[in-house]
Amino acid sequence: MAKIKMSKKSTRVDMTAMCDVAFLLLSFFVMTSTAKLPEPMEIETPASTVQTKLPESNLATLTVGNGKVFFGVSGRDVRSETLKRMGDKYSVQFSDKDIAKFALIDNFGVDIRSMKQLIDMKNDQRMKEGTQPGIPYDSVNNQLADWVKISREVTKEMDQKDLDIAIKGDAKEEYPTVKKVLDILQKQKKNNFFLVTGLRSEDF
Amino acid sequence: MAELNSGGDSGKGGKVRSKKANPSVDLTAMVDLAFLLITFFILTTTLSKPQSMNLAMPDEPKIGDPTPPETPAWRTLTIVLGSDGKLVWYSGGLDNPVDGPTVSTYGKAGIRDLIINKKKLVDARNKAGGRDLEKEGITVIIKPSEKSNYKNFVDILDEMAITGIKKYATVDMTDADVKLLESNNIYQ
Repeated sequence: MAKIKMSKKSTRVDMTAMCDVAFLLLSFFVMTSTAKLPEPMEIETPASTVQTKLPESNLATLTVGNGKVFFGVSGRDVRSETLKRMGDKYSVQFSDKDIAKFALIDNFGVDIRSMKQLIDMKNDQRMKEGTQPGIPYDSVNNQLADWVKISREVTKEMDQKDLDIAIKGDAKEEYPTVKKVLDILQKQKKNNFFLVTGLRSEDF
Repeated sequence: MAELNSGGDSGKGGKVRSKKANPSVDLTAMVDLAFLLITFFILTTTLSKPQSMNLAMPDEPKIGDPTPPETPAWRTLTIVLGSDGKLVWYSGGLDNPVDGPTVSTYGKAGIRDLIINKKKLVDARNKAGGRDLEKEGITVIIKPSEKSNYKNFVDILDEMAITGIKKYATVDMTDADVKLLESNNIYQ
């Protein structure tokens, strides 16, 4: 009987190419990634087909979800100047240290009177869901309108530009809340803004 | 105690033979690590900046007044957003609609074809009358109700972008619109 001889092949695979590719991809991702900023409220934005990019600087973001509104503005110097003036307006005193710390907070949602406690909190505690109750925006105590107004004034003085405003709403948010926010902006003659959305194709 | 064996015991003159090392290194662990890191970065990264859509609203005093009187009824299309992802549309005034009111949904299967058809209709009529298509084109009035959500609002604005409607406005609801939604069971 003829004996079939199996040629003995080495089980080892040359990993060099695979390793090259893996590291190439790795370096790509390391370079392109910007770490996801933690947000005090999780938001799921609705999707749209429109592809306008958000401006990177000179932008205030109003985050709307669960009936709460959070506010954040890009640019640290604008932030600290805004806090100073808000403090003056609501007669809350902030030390220089407070203001310096506040400049590092991207997004917040508290009454100006409890802003000090928020600044003193540790980072992870601040970002915990439910810690921040949202900025008051009803007609009696409309701090949100003041935040927007003052940050716009500050931007105008510092950069001679009108502050762009982005609204980042939760897909399930009821329309009346959004409407209230839109009304606040319109009262200040801010009629043009960005709605932050995800991306989708036209077949929905 | 311990002695070092220099390998010269073979008794052949102590010729040192360096062992030929295999030049290929085992890369498996390295590849494992690299892919682990890739996965980590893919998951944590937000690949690009978020998309956005531009929304321009009219000046404050204009809000609240319904269809501007100079717009003829056949040129307007009103879309009332209700609950459950449903909407009602009608052409012209609600008390004397040219077309509708009809319940529909969002997206390709719903309102999109209607908007495109209406636009064609208005454009054709404008062309026949020798009017300016841009200036006197179809006007869409969007009325988000209190029971609609933000997604509905973005959806309908998106629909405007897809169908290329240039003139649209967001207007407050009237009581008649609420009744219309209630009668169609989409105001819950």
